[in-house]
Amino acid sequence: MIKRNLPFAAIAVIALVAAPLLLEPFRLSLLAKYLCYAIVALGIGLAWGQGGMLTLGQGVFFGLGGYAMAMYLKLSESGGGLPDFMVWSGVEELPALWAPFANPVFALTMAVAGPVLLAVVLGTLVFRQRVRGAYFAILTQALAAAMVILLVGQQGLTGGTNGMTNFFELFGADLADDSTQRVLYLVVAGVLGVLYLATRQLVNSRFGRLLVAVRDGEDRVRFLGYDPALVKTVTFAVSAGLAGLAGALFVPVVGIISPALLGVVPSLELVVAVAVGGRQVLAGAVLGAVVMGYAQTTFSEQFANGWLYLQGALFILVMTLAPKGIAGILGRLRRARTA
Amino acid sequence: MLELRDVRVVFDGFHALDGVDLTVADGELRFLIGPNGAGKTTLIDVITGLTRPAAGRVRFGGYDLVGRKEHQIVRLGVGRTFQTSVVFEELTVLENLDLAACFRKPLWSLAGRRRGVSDAVAEALARTGLEPLAGRSAGVLSHGQRQWLEIGMLLAQRPRLLLLDEPVAGMSKDERDRTGQLLTEIADDHTVIVVEHDMEFLRRHASAVTVLHEGRVLVEGSVEQVSADPRVQEVYLGRRPSDAVGK
Repeated sequence: MIKRNLPFAAIAVIALVAAPLLLEPFRLSLLAKYLCYAIVALGIGLAWGQGGMLTLGQGVFFGLGGYAMAMYLKLSESGGGLPDFMVWSGVEELPALWAPFANPVFALTMAVAGPVLLAVVLGTLVFRQRVRGAYFAILTQALAAAMVILLVGQQGLTGGTNGMTNFFELFGADLADDSTQRVLYLVVAGVLGVLYLATRQLVNSRFGRLLVAVRDGEDRVRFLGYDPALVKTVTFAVSAGLAGLAGALFVPVVGIISPALLGVVPSLELVVAVAVGGRQVLAGAVLGAVVMGYAQTTFSEQFANGWLYLQGALFILVMTLAPKGIAGILGRLRRARTA
Repeated sequence: MLELRDVRVVFDGFHALDGVDLTVADGELRFLIGPNGAGKTTLIDVITGLTRPAAGRVRFGGYDLVGRKEHQIVRLGVGRTFQTSVVFEELTVLENLDLAACFRKPLWSLAGRRRGVSDAVAEALARTGLEPLAGRSAGVLSHGQRQWLEIGMLLAQRPRLLLLDEPVAGMSKDERDRTGQLLTEIADDHTVIVVEHDMEFLRRHASAVTVLHEGRVLVEGSVEQVSADPRVQEVYLGRRPSDAVGK
């Protein structure tokens, strides 16, 4: 038990102690951003890697969480008055939808409950009809596209294409301050650690075994007396909740939420990251999100658009040569050394 | 215990089942035979909810089965195996059995880890002789062992009625004998329906036999009665060549 948790403990020490001491503030908040994506990746690893549900629309849940948080931040700054972008769009009265988000507890609850609820409704409809495989993937991708259209269309309610930005403080702390960003980083890292352990527990539980069984033989599971639609819906809802929470953390860290951050492309990029890291191991999914996030920043700084080609090439390489991703390669190396 | 009345199944105009009546009593071991295309597997599919009949009734222990979902029928106590055995290859033998045994537990209670081995699972392991392989992944099992694991998974669910679809197909002589033995043991305390092609297996292990032909029940009786029946001989051996050519 102790030996098994040793790598986790080592990484936790590096992430919680070494990184804040060694990294300059700008790099530390970039790392915090990658860790937010890693929380989404955790959900993709669970739904896709363990449950076989290729979800190409996690950005939708991420966005719901992000917008819920952004609404709270905007309202807390305007002191209950109209947020800046509404004034620019000519809105005169605070929309009824917005009002309850002045309460941080409500906003944070909705950041998770909203995505979970949407996933439950969607999962119930879709999985009962035995929609799966590519059809499910296409459906979730369409959802991401529709979400963007919806957000862009409701300029006065959502900030349209620009989304929401210019956040100055969170619970009274100055968001531009390095120490606030350091605390935010620690919160994100801590949340990721706890969620990782909880998700790992779920994967190792009987439910996790059942999920793998559903992935590999849905019909057989049915004849064992289980309802695969329920198992999949629950799993999909958990992954949606993770993405929602990640979105809520992302907004104060990065300082913006907009349709471009949650559409088809970012949703796909996260799936690619999970594939590169190794979808069948949760740690692989987390690793993939951090590595790909870091690579994106580094390469974009040097070659601007070259990153997109590199990302595509990497995805093809992983899919053809190492379908189990970085985690698979590491696992093989470790086995080769002990053997 | 199980009662089918005038069950009809039509696939694209083809009458897979054309008015089948079948009654199986509590504790019975019934063999279901018939040439290819006679409707044996379709009959099992109808009982377990995989295929919905166009007409007819299926009653099991006071419940109407037609229109119920597959997993609901399993929960009423009807378990089945498939011709091509499906076990979960990434799970161990023990995990496969444990998963089968937990099917009545509420989903949230599965969020905990498995601790120890439940009685039902231990019993299934012992009966199928898979104890030495409990910790191995099911993917490494031989064909025969897979079939036994499938039967073990059924047993772990403690069903009232077991439906086995060609359990000895593709097995070696030894494996057949082991399966026959297992079947005899299971039949002691379960109601079992076995679909089987293998005539030798039938002679050794069957008592009551129902012969299906072209979607209807042709004959029912003991092995001796059935194999002496001229209609059965005709169906299986094609005694009247004129008929055989016509089909």
